[in-house]
Amino acid sequence: MWDPIWITVKLAFITTLILLIVGTPIAWWLARSKAWWKEGVAAIVALPIVLPPTVMGFYLLIALGPDSPIGQLTTQIFGRTLPFTFAGIVVGSVIYSMPFVIQPIRNAFDAIGERPLEVAATLRASPIDTFFSVALPLARPGLLTGAVLGFAHTVGEFGVILMIGGNIPGETKVLSVAIYDHVEALEWGQAHILSAGLLVFSFVVILSMMVLEKRLGRRLK
Amino acid sequence: MMNNMISSDGIIARFSGSLENFDLSAEFTLPCKGVTALFGRSGCGKTTILRCLAGLSHMEQGFLSVKGHVWQDDKSCMPTHQRPVGFVFQEASLFAHLSVKDNLVFGQKRTVGNGSIIELDETVTLLGLEHLLSRSVHNLSGGERQRIAIGRALLSGPELLLMDEPLAGLDKFSKDEIIPYLDRLFKKLDIPVIFVSHDTEEVERLADNMILMDQGKIIAMGPLSEVLSDPTLYIAKGPRTSSVIDVEIVSFSESDRISEVKVDGGVLQIPGQLGPMGSNHRISIAANDVSLAREKPSETTILNVIPTHILNIHLLEGGRVNLLLSIGHQDKKDGAKFIARITQRSLLKFDFTVGQDIYAQIKSVSMVGGSQTV
Repeated sequence: MWDPIWITVKLAFITTLILLIVGTPIAWWLARSKAWWKEGVAAIVALPIVLPPTVMGFYLLIALGPDSPIGQLTTQIFGRTLPFTFAGIVVGSVIYSMPFVIQPIRNAFDAIGERPLEVAATLRASPIDTFFSVALPLARPGLLTGAVLGFAHTVGEFGVILMIGGNIPGETKVLSVAIYDHVEALEWGQAHILSAGLLVFSFVVILSMMVLEKRLGRRLK
Repeated sequence: MMNNMISSDGIIARFSGSLENFDLSAEFTLPCKGVTALFGRSGCGKTTILRCLAGLSHMEQGFLSVKGHVWQDDKSCMPTHQRPVGFVFQEASLFAHLSVKDNLVFGQKRTVGNGSIIELDETVTLLGLEHLLSRSVHNLSGGERQRIAIGRALLSGPELLLMDEPLAGLDKFSKDEIIPYLDRLFKKLDIPVIFVSHDTEEVERLADNMILMDQGKIIAMGPLSEVLSDPTLYIAKGPRTSSVIDVEIVSFSESDRISEVKVDGGVLQIPGQLGPMGSNHRISIAANDVSLAREKPSETTILNVIPTHILNIHLLEGGRVNLLLSIGHQDKKDGAKFIARITQRSLLKFDFTVGQDIYAQIKSVSMVGGSQTV
């Protein structure tokens, strides 16, 4: 029972970390850029919200499979392809949870507006300096929301994981897949424990995020 | 800093082009000290010029050099963060995530080399911020916030201080509270200040020079008293036109508490003890508070009945007329100039003409600030 929990937490944690590191610059670009094709990028980022997980899992399976350029590359470097490995479900989760992290951060960057950045420039702060010393701290509520949503969303992931991770115990068998397994095997007791755990977890996450966001928001207003 | 040098100590600026459908064409040079007001109606391009000076906005055709360093020419434009400017925005725009003290030192920490013009302790004292330092920037009054913003800009060691209507967002009380601080600072600092304003009172108190703008163009510039007393300019046509004159206190009578001040061409009397003997002040004379007479009135309660001569007569709409007067009769050259506002009926009745020696009765004279201690 502990294996799926551990894998789920590990997966959500790594996914969130990657998304914060990769997603924040993307969110910054989306908030600041004046390129006409920016909204196209924004739409691609938002796509996983509406795309059925099975569809995304299917394309990921093909994109990462042995016949694809990415598959050949990973085979050369790691000696194998990514589907049905932990690394594979990390890739899937990163893409699947991307909008839930990037969107709140972008909104937070948008909300800062031009002025604090101009002030920073007149106080000798270079653009990079301004990003780290003004934009990021002011966007804290958005970063927090993004991290929490990204984590929680990854914890509840099912379709994409089943498609590209399969159901390998100790490697890709996450909580939601485990619950599915238990139900299939008519192990209702086990399913109950895990489901109730997830229910409580989700509630606590949403509640604490709302409280924290309110408190942070008040401090920055 | 760019290597480009040109041999001029002042500020040379030339901007022309179009920004967001607004055409601007402005060219000016300023000395490297003193306070200059960039004055004009809303939407005349004042703020745009200020932003161009700071590098926050960019005009295709532009040239800017400050103290010999070229900040912008046809080929290059130095980004804002490399320019030693201080900028005070209309709203204080303090960083919400930093304490008052961290806001103040934000620019200071980033000032390369020893560009500092004022220390933290002195800034805090001059702006009266002692009790605020450890606070967060929330729940401060508008005046306090703006004082912090000014201190923050100064601590970044600017060679040029730009202020975009720094008092416009404040109520009357905060304004009155902040102006003395500004006065003190401007006197103390040896850097040029350019501030945007559309409030004559503010300008009279703080500025030494004035650049008058209208519809994206500069229509007059020069020492404040000259621009304000030019009867042909639109600011002289408004309902509350006034002129400013720099004066020196020469005596004070204890018995009836009247000060005498020297102006170019004569002496004026002002109630109250205004300051130490020999100190310089600035007074403002409202054009509507001046009445005129051909002969010296023998009996009047008005203190200041002074000989003047008429330099210029300018008809206004609404049956009124502006007369530009110079203190002292014809034989006195270079008297201080001020504007009197009378009706056209009176003008005809008394038959005033340019060059004539007359007497002006000034009903009230108000003291204003002014940064120059000569």
